[in-house]
Amino acid sequence: MTVRVGIPRGLLYYYYGPLWTDFFESLGAEVIISEETNKKIVEMGVKSTVDEACLPVKIYHGHVKNLMDQKVDYIFLPRLMSIYKNEYICPKFCGLPEMVNHSIRNLPTMIQPTIDFRKSKKDLPRIVEEVGGYFTSDRRKTEWAFNKALERYRQYKTALRQGVLPTDALARKNDEGFHTMGSGDKIALLGHPYNLYDDFISMNLVKKLRGYGLQVLTPESMDVKTMNEKAAVMDKKMFWSFGRKILGTAFHAMEQQDIQGIIYLSSFGCGLDSVLADIVERRVRRNSDKPFTLLTLDEHTGEAGMDTRIEAFVDMIKWRRNHENNFSAYGQHIHSHQSIVR
Amino acid sequence: MKITFPHMGSTYIAIKALFDDLCVETVVPPKCSKKTLELGTKYAPELICLPLKINLGNYIESIEKGADTIVITGSCGPCRFGYYSEVQREILKDLGYEAEIVVLEVPDGDIPEFYRRVGKVANTKNPIKIAKSLKGAMTVLKKLNEFEEKVLQQRPYEIQRGDVDQLYHGLLTKLGTSTGAREMIQHIDWAANRFHEIPMDRGREVLRVGIVGEIYTVIDDFSNLEIGKKLNDMGVAVHKSHTAGEWITDVVYYRSIGTSGEKHIWDAAAPYMKVGIGGHGRETIGNTVRYADQGYDGVIQVMPFTCMPEIVAMSTLPKVQEERDIPVLSLIIDEMTGEAGYLTRLEAYIDLLRNRREKNKQAMGS
Repeated sequence: MTVRVGIPRGLLYYYYGPLWTDFFESLGAEVIISEETNKKIVEMGVKSTVDEACLPVKIYHGHVKNLMDQKVDYIFLPRLMSIYKNEYICPKFCGLPEMVNHSIRNLPTMIQPTIDFRKSKKDLPRIVEEVGGYFTSDRRKTEWAFNKALERYRQYKTALRQGVLPTDALARKNDEGFHTMGSGDKIALLGHPYNLYDDFISMNLVKKLRGYGLQVLTPESMDVKTMNEKAAVMDKKMFWSFGRKILGTAFHAMEQQDIQGIIYLSSFGCGLDSVLADIVERRVRRNSDKPFTLLTLDEHTGEAGMDTRIEAFVDMIKWRRNHENNFSAYGQHIHSHQSIVR
Repeated sequence: MKITFPHMGSTYIAIKALFDDLCVETVVPPKCSKKTLELGTKYAPELICLPLKINLGNYIESIEKGADTIVITGSCGPCRFGYYSEVQREILKDLGYEAEIVVLEVPDGDIPEFYRRVGKVANTKNPIKIAKSLKGAMTVLKKLNEFEEKVLQQRPYEIQRGDVDQLYHGLLTKLGTSTGAREMIQHIDWAANRFHEIPMDRGREVLRVGIVGEIYTVIDDFSNLEIGKKLNDMGVAVHKSHTAGEWITDVVYYRSIGTSGEKHIWDAAAPYMKVGIGGHGRETIGNTVRYADQGYDGVIQVMPFTCMPEIVAMSTLPKVQEERDIPVLSLIIDEMTGEAGYLTRLEAYIDLLRNRREKNKQAMGS
């Protein structure tokens, strides 16, 4: 009988999903990904966490519970402290295993390696071996499985950079809604990947924006080199990896002629966003004439209100493009396609 | 150059001593008030944590009194405190203030830059003078911390209510008008020696409560709505798990040699939390365990709203509470916190602790 490994579909799953999935599958395990976020998962998550936790963390707990319902043998929940040199993620990621272990009872065996690349990546082989050790004692097999998974992960990252949505890339299907290049307005969408790409949390924001004929630039579709150069303009090095990506994308978008507006999607109570969104907003307003809006989400956010705000923002961009230089003569309607005299 | 700095409890006294001895002019920010908080809340990001809002209010009030340089310490994450300087810089720029912010930290391992910054605010490059002034200021801080610890321990026993406060506030007033570490140390020593003259009733049944949580809200009595005094008035002796002196020693000394003076606290936290999660999350757990081991009646966790490390600690505390048999109350503070509601929660909690002690005593007796 093959062992069943569960991976919660939340937080950094949207970054490392293919790596983890392929690794465990190559080791002969059956990989169960929790269901796509739904109302029940949110409810279960909210029930098992402290009120103060942010929405994505609450939902992550819900995903763990969902996996328990599916009777998995293991749950893979790495402790991600740092994924780049001299950078951190978020304190809640560092303490995520504690939060889950102490809030949810009767957990199956948890695979919780500590991943800390702040000083160097030299621990990586040891971590791979540690995780592989749950399934096989053959080190060479583990190594082979990891390299195979790494290959798939690289393909995934390339796809993201070309604008494919993580949700589609993870489902291994081609993105129909994706427009390669071409005319049309372009906007920058900022935020953490687990908010942007979880269709339930973001309420399909990317797809909605594309539905309005807008091209969407996200931190994941940015050129890494440009992003890092732009982020480096801060006097003090941004020590959060996501922070660096968001600031870099924002500062790049600010200077691009073809980007008409910037939207920041944040979850209520997110410590990083309180800092990042403020810096982005101030710099965008100071150094550019691009419209900026901040959308804040929590478990009580209604879709209708979100839609209204998105619609208003998109309308503003379109009017601006069509009518910005149209100064109406006396007695004429401000909008060129309408006239007051019929 | 007129230097200002943010408030954190009575730390301002030691900072003033430091700059006095270096012959640098300082502007001590006006005592934190409702106005300070309002200014901070108005201009800071909505969901940032409370200390930044209070700090910002301090800066604005100081700048209006003539300060032109703001000195703060830094860190490099993962908690938000590490990026305070950048956020504050952006805000002050938008408000049109031209005060310069000097962050005392080693940026990206650039030690010469650190010395340049120190030299700049110290108005001297003489390392002996700097070290001497620093030592004097640390002595002030340590002695003041010890005095305040004693206040929190002894106040519930005083026979004539207000005796301890009179001594304490008298000392603060004297320190406020003193110049330099030497004079301040004399005042603190004098007051410390007067302590035993206050008549105390040692027979009183006094509960013991430890305060853990985010360091700023633990230390700063304006932000925690004078939790120590409130508890003392209810007949509870209080011990705070953080002091400014220990924090500075830890940041300046222990961390630079790659260790921590808080190793024993980490060991206590180990069954529940094995790694540091930024801020003082791990220390919150460790100190709770230690208070339980030392037979305290209860532990109160204070933290600013949206504080990331403390949220992780808060999720872990129920387990500690259960396994170590100690009641823990978490209090979250922001600019909306009302004093009446806060007091009610404290009273209810203390009632619970008192009943619990009574019950335990009866169980022991029977």
